[in-house]
Amino acid sequence: MANVVLSATGLNAYFGAVHAVRDASIEFREREVTAIIGPSGCGKSTLLRCLNRMHETVPGGRVTGRVEFHGQDLYGPDVNPIEVRRHIGMVFQRPTPFPTLSIRDNVAAGLRAMRRADRPPRADVDRIVERSLQDAALWDEVKDRLRTGAIGLSGGQQQRLCIARALATSPSVLLLDEPTASLDPISTQKVEELVYDLRQHFTVVIVTHNMQQAARVSDRTAFMLNGELVEVAPTNKLFTTPSDPRTEAYVTGRFG
Amino acid sequence: MMRRKIANVVMLALMWLAAAIVLLPLFAILARLVMQGWSSLNLDFFTKEPLSPGSTGGGMANSIVGSLILLFIASLSGLPVGIGAGIYLAEHRTAPVAKLVRFLADVLNGLPSIVIGIFAWEMLVKPVHHFSALSGGIALGVMMIPLTARTTEEMIRTVPTSLREAALALGYTNWRTSLAIVARTALPGIVTGALVALARVAGETAPLLFTALGNNFWSVSPTQPIDALPLRLFLYATSPYDDWNRQAWAASIVLIALVLLISIAARIAARPRFGKAVD
Repeated sequence: MANVVLSATGLNAYFGAVHAVRDASIEFREREVTAIIGPSGCGKSTLLRCLNRMHETVPGGRVTGRVEFHGQDLYGPDVNPIEVRRHIGMVFQRPTPFPTLSIRDNVAAGLRAMRRADRPPRADVDRIVERSLQDAALWDEVKDRLRTGAIGLSGGQQQRLCIARALATSPSVLLLDEPTASLDPISTQKVEELVYDLRQHFTVVIVTHNMQQAARVSDRTAFMLNGELVEVAPTNKLFTTPSDPRTEAYVTGRFG
Repeated sequence: MMRRKIANVVMLALMWLAAAIVLLPLFAILARLVMQGWSSLNLDFFTKEPLSPGSTGGGMANSIVGSLILLFIASLSGLPVGIGAGIYLAEHRTAPVAKLVRFLADVLNGLPSIVIGIFAWEMLVKPVHHFSALSGGIALGVMMIPLTARTTEEMIRTVPTSLREAALALGYTNWRTSLAIVARTALPGIVTGALVALARVAGETAPLLFTALGNNFWSVSPTQPIDALPLRLFLYATSPYDDWNRQAWAASIVLIALVLLISIAARIAARPRFGKAVD
């Protein structure tokens, strides 16, 4: 059984008075892909954003409970959220390349944000950029145009660029928030294959509203409903023999 | 059917007329300027200093350079404050302080420029008993603050929140996200706003009347009175000498050309570096 890298215990998240995640507890294991599924507005993205302390950047966003990363409480008093986000990378629903930067500089953007002591030497940056782009299955498509603007890439390429950018800082966990929601089917397939391969090196948490996608790419799946984490199980089991009747109703398509 | 077509033609004609009326004064002014001032636009005009009253010849080299120095001081003093305030307004758009600052910036923007001149005189000239280029430049800089603050805010607001989140998720600190990603993305627009503000104050006369004062002689010292094109223009246009009147027209042409150049620079600056920007 793989080690638990990241876990939430008794996690609650709020937007002002809205209670978006209710008392959620879940473990994420090393080098596994965990999918979080559920109908729109069930709190799955919010749960994900609690894991790298992004939820609190939204006005009115508030979190209670524990999130442990390698045994350390990320919401502890001495924890710097900036540090957390360097170790737990995130990719969003819509591709967000930095429009003023070239492809290369986009990938290297996270490195530049590091403290001087942690930052890799300048000579290594090109190597890291290449490795990250290769890990994100984008290298062959962009290797001849690294100095051109990232805006010129297609939507699917932009999303893989964002994944490469998140990988460049060598995070141990990668959070993907509906990474294929704005992509066409072929780009979606490429990103899915990529997610499947990423588990060799990274722990991945992927939020998706697409159950087939969860079934294709994940080892374990969590089902959320109305802010509540209903069930977490190996993906196969959750889709074939769920223990909770609400999960069964959802995965068999009776609602959602 | 017929009535609708007639109404269409009539309304269209009215629109054309309105458009022509908008353009007419501009072309009338430009034509008049060129007719009256072109003959005085010679090398002397750009290289010589003014002669004593009544004598023919001389130029405005000191006024042109003076104007450029004043605009430089204005940019140096006004832009950092204006752009900084704009970034603050955009980042804390709903904070009570931001609402107050936004309101005050609008008030400052509507303030008659002569009032800003009096204020600059009170603060920068009266205490040292000396007119100076510095006080004039700062008076112009104060006028640039509300303009750049509001355009900077508007431009930063066009940067999608998703970009800010992406930077934060990469481990960027808040201030670094604001400057290196958000403000950087909005930079072409911010530069455009700054240049528009610069073009706006380039022709200001009132704030300079009792700060920069004007100077008949060559001076580039920030602590001494300095000449400026609008000041020289005002002096020459209201003088009884024909040659000075002609030179005033020439000064108008140069002033308008200066503003035009800044505006063109603003257009060029607005072009994004890599093709079109994200939606």
